[in-house]
Amino acid sequence: MKARTIRRHVKESLRNLGRNGWMTFASVSAVTVTLMLVGVFFVIMMNLNKVATDIEEDVRIRVHVDIAATKEDQQALEAKIKQLADVDTVEYSSKEAELDNLIASLGDEGEAFKLFEQDNPLYDVFVVKTKEPEQLEKVAKQIEKFEFASKVKYGQDDVDKLFSFIGTSRNVGIILIVALLFTAMFLISNTIKITIVARRREIEIMRLVGATNSFIRWPFFMEGIMIGVLGSVIPIVLISTLYTYSYDYISAKLEGHFIQLLEMNPFMYQVAGLLILLGAFIGIWGSLMSVRKFLKI
Amino acid sequence: MIEMEDVYKKYPNGVVAANGINVSIKQGEFVYVVGPSGAGKSTFIKMMYREEKPSKGAIMIDGVNLAKLKESKVPIFRRNLGVVFQDFKLLPKLTVYENVAFALEVIEESPKYIKKRVMEVLDLVGLKHKSRMLPTELSGGEQQRVSIARSIVNSPKVMIADEPTGNLDPETSWEIMRIFEEINTRGTTIVMATHNREIVNTIRHRVIAIENGQIIRDEQRGDYGYES
Repeated sequence: MKARTIRRHVKESLRNLGRNGWMTFASVSAVTVTLMLVGVFFVIMMNLNKVATDIEEDVRIRVHVDIAATKEDQQALEAKIKQLADVDTVEYSSKEAELDNLIASLGDEGEAFKLFEQDNPLYDVFVVKTKEPEQLEKVAKQIEKFEFASKVKYGQDDVDKLFSFIGTSRNVGIILIVALLFTAMFLISNTIKITIVARRREIEIMRLVGATNSFIRWPFFMEGIMIGVLGSVIPIVLISTLYTYSYDYISAKLEGHFIQLLEMNPFMYQVAGLLILLGAFIGIWGSLMSVRKFLKI
Repeated sequence: MIEMEDVYKKYPNGVVAANGINVSIKQGEFVYVVGPSGAGKSTFIKMMYREEKPSKGAIMIDGVNLAKLKESKVPIFRRNLGVVFQDFKLLPKLTVYENVAFALEVIEESPKYIKKRVMEVLDLVGLKHKSRMLPTELSGGEQQRVSIARSIVNSPKVMIADEPTGNLDPETSWEIMRIFEEINTRGTTIVMATHNREIVNTIRHRVIAIENGQIIRDEQRGDYGYES
């Protein structure tokens, strides 16, 4: 296609958008609302996923050692755990260390627990990390059978719950978004239909004088793409602004934790790219629907 | 130039508009197509510029078989063809110049060529001085001249006219016919459907009469043949 032709098509589609101002506005708004929801949903889902992965990767098995165990029994237990094929590391944490951790994690209110320093009710603990998160359950079951391992706990339950929550909300969200996508496409195709009807005579003449079908179609495609891309502008600006604030706020709270939100830098560009592409896609699809139906060429 | 062999056309609603048409039109001929309304004249004309496809038979125009022409090749075929209608089919918001230039713009000619060529054809139809006017500011005859200018701007070998004088008063009709004659003497084949007895009987050319989807008469320098 020649540059002159492209210029003509762009001019033509801009003129059409202007001519049907209110319909254009309605379709752009529909795309905006759709993409806004898609964007927010996507940002939340991706971050929940990240959090779940962070937690999953960090989960470890905590093995409480029976109070009756002697120093030798403890060492024997540690040796047995270390021999398990899927175990990565085993760390020992005495009950005094556990109490210190507890007091530190509770902050000011932890002071009260200092009373227990004389008569510590906690257990000595082995913290076991597996090579892969999926092996947690298996390893935990194996350790449970060992002598002097009184209680074996791991965070899998929490992670499972989180993952199932993410799964459910993803499905619900996808249904909602698909419905919105169709609404937006329908509005776009209607807008373009109006342009086509308004320009019926022009199109008829174009065909008589030998304009190719693609030449006739292009302005309508561009119209669709423009509506879609215009609709992605507000969501991109809003979401990246909101995310900047939320990121700063939440990261400050999470300081020092193993859980982190997705970094601004690649993530916001990915979101922006996704929204633009999605906008263009909705636009192209919407215009395809009406062009195919009303331009019988 | 134009050959029809056993052409049949049956519309989906059952109407048979062409029932075994055989005709041969040579390069440079001027042919009137006459016949009562609903006899198949329009279908005959429409099949020639591939607005309608024959149900059966072959239509060869300048070596192209329209019955087998792919949909995607139709635009290219139409560039070798000029079509003129009773209702002019001009774009009301474009000037005379732009209306004619439109035909060249949509086939992506260079602006330089467009300028030169449009002024040439406007000169031929005698509207060079009105190139900046809108169609609504012109008389019916002038509008038809613009539409003729647009149809010949591609230098087509064949020109097809569907009742080009149908909306014009007698005086203006003669004007339009003069232009057709001029175009014809330059070597363009013209096929013109008409109801205008006076024109057919005065400017004598080959006459093809169609009734019930069949050619019932085909004579050189014939007359209109119907009582009006």
